[in-house]
Amino acid sequence: MSAVPPPSIVGVAERAPVRDTGDETDLTLSASIAVEALADAGLGLSDVDGLLTHPMDVASRLVPSTLGEYLGMRLGYADSVDLGGATAVGMLWRAAAAIRAGMCSVCLCLTAVPRTTAGTTHTGPTRRTADLSPWREFDVPYGNIGATEGYAMIAMRYEHEFGDTARARAEIAVAQRANAAHQPKAYFSGRPLDVDEVLASELIADPLRKLDCVLPTGGAAAVVVVRGDLALRAPRPAVPILGAGEAVTHKTITYAPSLTDTAIKDSADRAFAAAGVARSAIGLASLYDCYTSTVLLTLEDAGFCAKGEAAAFVGDHDLTWRGSFPLNTHGGQLSFGQSDVAGGMSHVTEAVLQLQDRGEGRQVRDLRYAFVHGNGGIMSEQASVVLGVVVS
Amino acid sequence: MTGRPTPHPSPVTRPFWAACARHELTIQRCGGCSSAVFYPRPVCPVCGSSRLDWVAATGRGTLYSYTVARRATHRRLADRVPYVIAIVELDEGPRLTSTVIGTDPADLAIGVRLQVDFEDDETVSFPVFRVAS
Repeated sequence: MSAVPPPSIVGVAERAPVRDTGDETDLTLSASIAVEALADAGLGLSDVDGLLTHPMDVASRLVPSTLGEYLGMRLGYADSVDLGGATAVGMLWRAAAAIRAGMCSVCLCLTAVPRTTAGTTHTGPTRRTADLSPWREFDVPYGNIGATEGYAMIAMRYEHEFGDTARARAEIAVAQRANAAHQPKAYFSGRPLDVDEVLASELIADPLRKLDCVLPTGGAAAVVVVRGDLALRAPRPAVPILGAGEAVTHKTITYAPSLTDTAIKDSADRAFAAAGVARSAIGLASLYDCYTSTVLLTLEDAGFCAKGEAAAFVGDHDLTWRGSFPLNTHGGQLSFGQSDVAGGMSHVTEAVLQLQDRGEGRQVRDLRYAFVHGNGGIMSEQASVVLGVVVS
Repeated sequence: MTGRPTPHPSPVTRPFWAACARHELTIQRCGGCSSAVFYPRPVCPVCGSSRLDWVAATGRGTLYSYTVARRATHRRLADRVPYVIAIVELDEGPRLTSTVIGTDPADLAIGVRLQVDFEDDETVSFPVFRVAS
């Protein structure tokens, strides 16, 4: 008989990312992923009393009630999280906190992002034209708009301070592609990559090349967080949320306190302190990887290596699922596909599957703890969690 | 060349664009803590004071970081590709987004000294930067 764990993840579901989700809408994608995640947890829609979702095209406001009504839910807690790529990880501690506060006992954390090859997602141009933010006024006129150019300016500054990282960035892309070979849902599964191919790919925004960047896709992913006592009755091993951190410092990279010392440090330090788990105990790092350069900064600022040493760390470690530092074993978004906020959730679902020993051909051996990090905007929103597993 | 994406000034930011039209770069100076503030705000982001005065900036700064956009990031910038997107650190302290003109992007380097210039279109004068001679 185990002690009652903290609020825990007991079910996950994830759609394979695709370039075009066809006629699917936010609501149809949400409905199917909700049912699938709940079934994985041995639960149904009627068991849900907490719902966390995110800004969607379907309604300019009131998304939680729109979705709750669509799915026939009676909710004690309903909210929308708006932290870009950090949204999914940010949902986890909110779900756990709501459960601890007695507001709900089964909280569905759901991300769903339809996409057409025309490229419209919920962060698309319709919203931008109406934007009267400082960003629209002072940054957009110069083309400081997309993520790639923002991350490129970070990488340029990083390389000015700490030296060239082109090879280390390529090695990250290659190792994650090797991981994706064992995750059939990954967009680039079965399409191996080598370092030379990355280094020869098209220059998009100096110093970032095409294969340093994620491919935008559509998709959906969800996890079910439940009260500790319920977690022990779930059909699969409970994955407790042991500690979490969050940090937000800016919206546009120009106004960030630093380009090379990021708020990832605040977020990760809080998560590790709350969990009481050491970095050395982490068997899987599931780190948000919108760009290869993001991974380098996260390795440093989350405390896995010292500032300026990420490139050497990458060179010294095997980052594949059976290596000395398993990283993004689903391929990361670089190889799995980036379905907007659902891409952030892919780092959570992979950590849960691995902790539950469901990693199939890419299972990390003797895994006890995973660190999951979400990063939104241009290094703007940071959220971290340490996850464990209750072995019965 | 097509005009840049047009800003939509608010009452708080209008003095900045009015000064740009006179080819003057201005920033705010906090009467509470003396911080230099950019972009324009109604309260100081450092100390919270609402005593913010418009002051002339030297127009000198340093290239803090940059990239070269090899693909257009906005349809109105399409005929400028490849173009420089820059973060400029003003000598007064604040950073702003701009571009560097008049130099081959391949010759740029972080840390280079910059001087403000202005690029006029039909309705707006945009601060841009040149490598200081």
